[in-house]
Amino acid sequence: MAYSEKAKGYFSTELEGIKEAGTFKEERSIESPQAANIKVEFPTGSPPKEVLNFCANNYLGLSSHPEVVAAAHEGLNERGYGMSSVRFICGTQDIHKDLETKLTEFLGTEDTILFPSCMDANAGVFDVVLDKEDAMIADRLVHASIVDGMRLCKAQLYNYKHSNMEHLEEKLKETQDCRFRMVITDGVFSMDGDIAKLDEICNLADKYDAMVLVDDSHATGFMGKTGRGTHEHCGVLGRIDIITSTLGKALGGASGGCVSGRKEIVELCRQRARPYLFSNTVPPVIVAAASKVLDIISKTTDRRDKLEEHTKYFRAKMTEAGFDIKEGIHPIVPIMLYNAKLAQDMARDLYGEGIYVIGFSFPVVPKGQARIRVQISAGHGREHIDRAIAAFTKIGEKYKILGKQKNEIIEMYGL
Amino acid sequence: MTEDLKKAIIDYVKKEYLEEDTQDDINESTPLISSGIVDSFSMVSLKTFLEKKFNIKIPDDKATPEAFDTVNNIINLLKEFKVV
Ligand SMILES: Cc1ncc(COP(=O)(O)O)c(C=O)c1O
Repeated sequence: MAYSEKAKGYFSTELEGIKEAGTFKEERSIESPQAANIKVEFPTGSPPKEVLNFCANNYLGLSSHPEVVAAAHEGLNERGYGMSSVRFICGTQDIHKDLETKLTEFLGTEDTILFPSCMDANAGVFDVVLDKEDAMIADRLVHASIVDGMRLCKAQLYNYKHSNMEHLEEKLKETQDCRFRMVITDGVFSMDGDIAKLDEICNLADKYDAMVLVDDSHATGFMGKTGRGTHEHCGVLGRIDIITSTLGKALGGASGGCVSGRKEIVELCRQRARPYLFSNTVPPVIVAAASKVLDIISKTTDRRDKLEEHTKYFRAKMTEAGFDIKEGIHPIVPIMLYNAKLAQDMARDLYGEGIYVIGFSFPVVPKGQARIRVQISAGHGREHIDRAIAAFTKIGEKYKILGKQKNEIIEMYGL
Repeated sequence: MTEDLKKAIIDYVKKEYLEEDTQDDINESTPLISSGIVDSFSMVSLKTFLEKKFNIKIPDDKATPEAFDTVNNIINLLKEFKVV
């Protein structure tokens, strides 16, 4: 053991630095299944408190749905707990193949490969598809897992101003000498809930002969009329070359991710993607349950329709109440507060009112853009949404920000 | 020479990183990275711009957030490559 005083001291100082910067993350223990109603122990050691959860990615309310839980039980009984193998040795069951087929059908692509997570899908896919003579052209606000995945790839890295199509076009022009180009974006951006302009992106990609990759983690299952994702919402089904997504949000919320798209690319991932080759297979329980989720959402759009209705209602009522919210249609609803402390204080007070939400500030969002991010779920009832609106209104009054514009809030609280 | 160069870099930073409607102005000592104007991921554009302009290769251990934090720092970095 050579854990020296020097090393220990260094790590402790790093931790102190994180605390001083105000970015130290405390985890809260939840003593119930994931749902609209949860029991939370916070601060640590206090008695569990019943709160309404408005910060999960449980968009369709399927994380603890009885049919999904039953399918998980069945998967456990029929196919066991673990596989103790990567996919290509002895980790592929019939249900893994079935789930990949269902995802392909649901996403409207050619083929699909499961990964342990979408983080792993993003970590693996770029290095498989692109090489030194190629270029990756990414939106500046893509998810951290994409940034990491691109760093693992030798292709040249370019990025464009968030959702700025002129800037993207400039970069496409600038990289015309490269062998292959790939435009890379999130379908829905997780901090703002805004949607990539996939129709314009596909047109530009066609014009400049580039491929398109979309991470649709915050959209698969509910964006678009039948919930297929941002590509359906934007009318570009079949035009996205690579979709990466997660089973860890709307699709049951356990874990797992995928790369779905052109069949040659998917097959190359099976042969070469390192997080696929060198990490254990997705466990049968999760595969069985995710498969049930796809059955449920392929049969009816009830849940995504309810989510859409809730989202419209919440956005309208919060605007009416006088909050400054980022416009949009996504169940991610950013309540803009600009000042980091104000966001923290309001989130704490809302927790006191039984509404569990989180304040986000720099470096997670740009400086001076602090906010509370609310996430609506089809698992909420209208009464839950109403309770949240009432609590927000009460706390908004306390801090005197209702009806205030951005500059007025900044004047009161600073940046 | 350095003045022209400063201006070229400032112009690039404005065009590449600021939104058209922004009020922010930038001079040679404005912090770019530590202020959040340029994040570490977006920094690559600036690096590529300098590499192409001077036909150099800035290795990763030189392309630090500190070395890119202000236009003055960037000029100092370029001096190491003897291109200014
Ligand atoms: C856009 C995006 N991509 C990827 C991920 C990672 O997904 P997973 O939890 O499956 O690794 C997330 C989740 O945080 C995400 O928001």
